[in-house]
Amino acid sequence: MTTTLTAKETLFEVTNVKKYYPIKGGLLRTTKGQVKAVDGVSLQIYPKETLGVVGESGCGKSTLGRVILGLEPLTDGQLVFKGQDITHYRASQLKPLRKEMQMIFQDPFASLDPRQRIGPAIEEALIIHTNLSASERKKRVSDLLVEVGLKKEHYYRFPHEFSGGQRQRVGIARALTLNPSFIVCDEAVSALDVSVQAQVINLLKRLQKDYELTYLFISHDLGVVKHISDRVLVMYLGSMCELGSVEEIFSNPLHPYTQALLSSIPRPEIRKDRERIKLQGEIPSPANPPSGCRFHTRCPLAQEICARKVPEYREVKPGHHVACHFA
Amino acid sequence: MAEEVLRVKDLEVQFKTAEGYLSAVRGISFNLKKGETVCVVGESGCGKSISALSIMGLLPANGRIANGEIWFDGKDLVKLRQDEIQKIRGNDISMIFQEPMTALNPVFTIGFQLCEPLRIHQNLNKTVAAKKAVELLKQVGISEPERRMKQYPHELSGGMRQRVMIAIALACEPKILIADEPTTALDVTIQAQILDLLNELKQKFNTSVIMITHDMGVVAEVADRVIVMYAGEVVEEGDVETIFNDPQHPYTQGLLASVPNVDREQEELTAIPGSMPSLNEKIEGCRFHPRCPFATEKCKLQHPSMTMIGNHKVRCWLKGGQVSDDNINSQRDAL
Repeated sequence: MTTTLTAKETLFEVTNVKKYYPIKGGLLRTTKGQVKAVDGVSLQIYPKETLGVVGESGCGKSTLGRVILGLEPLTDGQLVFKGQDITHYRASQLKPLRKEMQMIFQDPFASLDPRQRIGPAIEEALIIHTNLSASERKKRVSDLLVEVGLKKEHYYRFPHEFSGGQRQRVGIARALTLNPSFIVCDEAVSALDVSVQAQVINLLKRLQKDYELTYLFISHDLGVVKHISDRVLVMYLGSMCELGSVEEIFSNPLHPYTQALLSSIPRPEIRKDRERIKLQGEIPSPANPPSGCRFHTRCPLAQEICARKVPEYREVKPGHHVACHFA
Repeated sequence: MAEEVLRVKDLEVQFKTAEGYLSAVRGISFNLKKGETVCVVGESGCGKSISALSIMGLLPANGRIANGEIWFDGKDLVKLRQDEIQKIRGNDISMIFQEPMTALNPVFTIGFQLCEPLRIHQNLNKTVAAKKAVELLKQVGISEPERRMKQYPHELSGGMRQRVMIAIALACEPKILIADEPTTALDVTIQAQILDLLNELKQKFNTSVIMITHDMGVVAEVADRVIVMYAGEVVEEGDVETIFNDPQHPYTQGLLASVPNVDREQEELTAIPGSMPSLNEKIEGCRFHPRCPFATEKCKLQHPSMTMIGNHKVRCWLKGGQVSDDNINSQRDAL
């Protein structure tokens, strides 16, 4: 679906976004260094698509989601949402835009107040952002509960009365309250058991169709990402490795890291002949990333140039970008 | 036929709650052969971890083994005293836990924690134990083992901590290794390293492994035999090829169908409706029937027993199940 879109229809334009966290230490708590959580990410998010973001822990995928939503101030870069440059917007300027952008969190139990009933928790956003009457608000919440596969009677229940899958449905209902156009799903199904996970993924796909939603779907589970995404971004240590359509990334991965990630997934089928690309060692610290290509310390194909020169992030095929000297 | 190292028979584990004793594990039976890897799969709350903890004699204070036998080395572990169990735990049977940060003690060095089982079970002195500990760290692929010995758990990464846990579990060359979701908290590339390591060490020491997991991908990778659990019961048991290529129980079929597969195109995932029942839910008949797409009247009323189909066992009415004689539902109602 991405190929039919032109650049004009971009929902979100993210240009060279950086997010550094200072490391404080010593007697006067001076800045000793920086954790480069996100280091130069540029991408476009098109309306009604799902952009999957994958990578291992510490690669900056969650930070990227938070930065895009304006939940964390940027260190550098530019964010353009529906043609408005929101990079330097103050909280008051962002407020009307908050209706358009929502987030679904990993652990719905931690993101719900245990002493607040489900109905009022979902209703809160309506009180802040709309001037609906109390009965209209209640109707809207009841409709939402039904929409996400819960029951109207659940309105007066507490979070602890729900199972994990149901709580995630509450999280989804809450994100939908204000009819957003863009939702960041941060590991939204990772905490769920597979049988329930499948239910929630199917729900997210149906809602996307019904409400014309755009998702930024952050996950470490490549199976889930492949299933739900139109395009996929692979990140490693805060930088972009590869971006392309889901078919391209999964059938023709060009970056050695993407290839290794794909071959590391344990497949739920018996095939003893499968060759696995084994990565040596662990992910380096983002406070002190390797020189040149960040992946060179673990890359099976690394050459001398990789340690010296940062590979250019370039388009090798229409819509398929990769940052590797040898791709 | 390899010799049998462990036999669990009709194990029932209960927990004391405000509503009285509730069964989390409802009469499971299985055996484990020498050098074999058995995977126990199921979703959270199915009783797989509790079964493992019962074998280790590590049930929490509000849990008890209400029924059943666990035979190991000619002894029934259920009947042993604490001090007798302690001689076996960490020595003949050891365990790897899911979250290596919480399983390792943050205030002791890696070296101390690694030497502990060696000094207790093998009566080694400090220097000999330390030498063996370094050897073990090398075996699990940790670089600079001498330096690591003096480090604390927080100084290591997740993958390294899990390697240390494996080294501790293997210190006394156990006959049985129980691994409870050993790779769930790890990234895929690290997970692949750890699974390879476990396989390699297993071959080397001819250890029998009970691997507990919810990830069907991990199962396909390591298992010889698979036990599928649902709501406290074993619903299907068979060798790994049969479970993946010819699953019989609707729950096993559902589990396999709901995993998003990277190698296949799927428009919609086949989810299992509903969710795992909680402990206090009373279910008549087959425990899976409220979520089963094929449930019949009979399934709602009578509890099926395990039936042999070819070379694997299934607990389902549709696959020629028989009326269960171990009717645990009525037993519990009497309590």
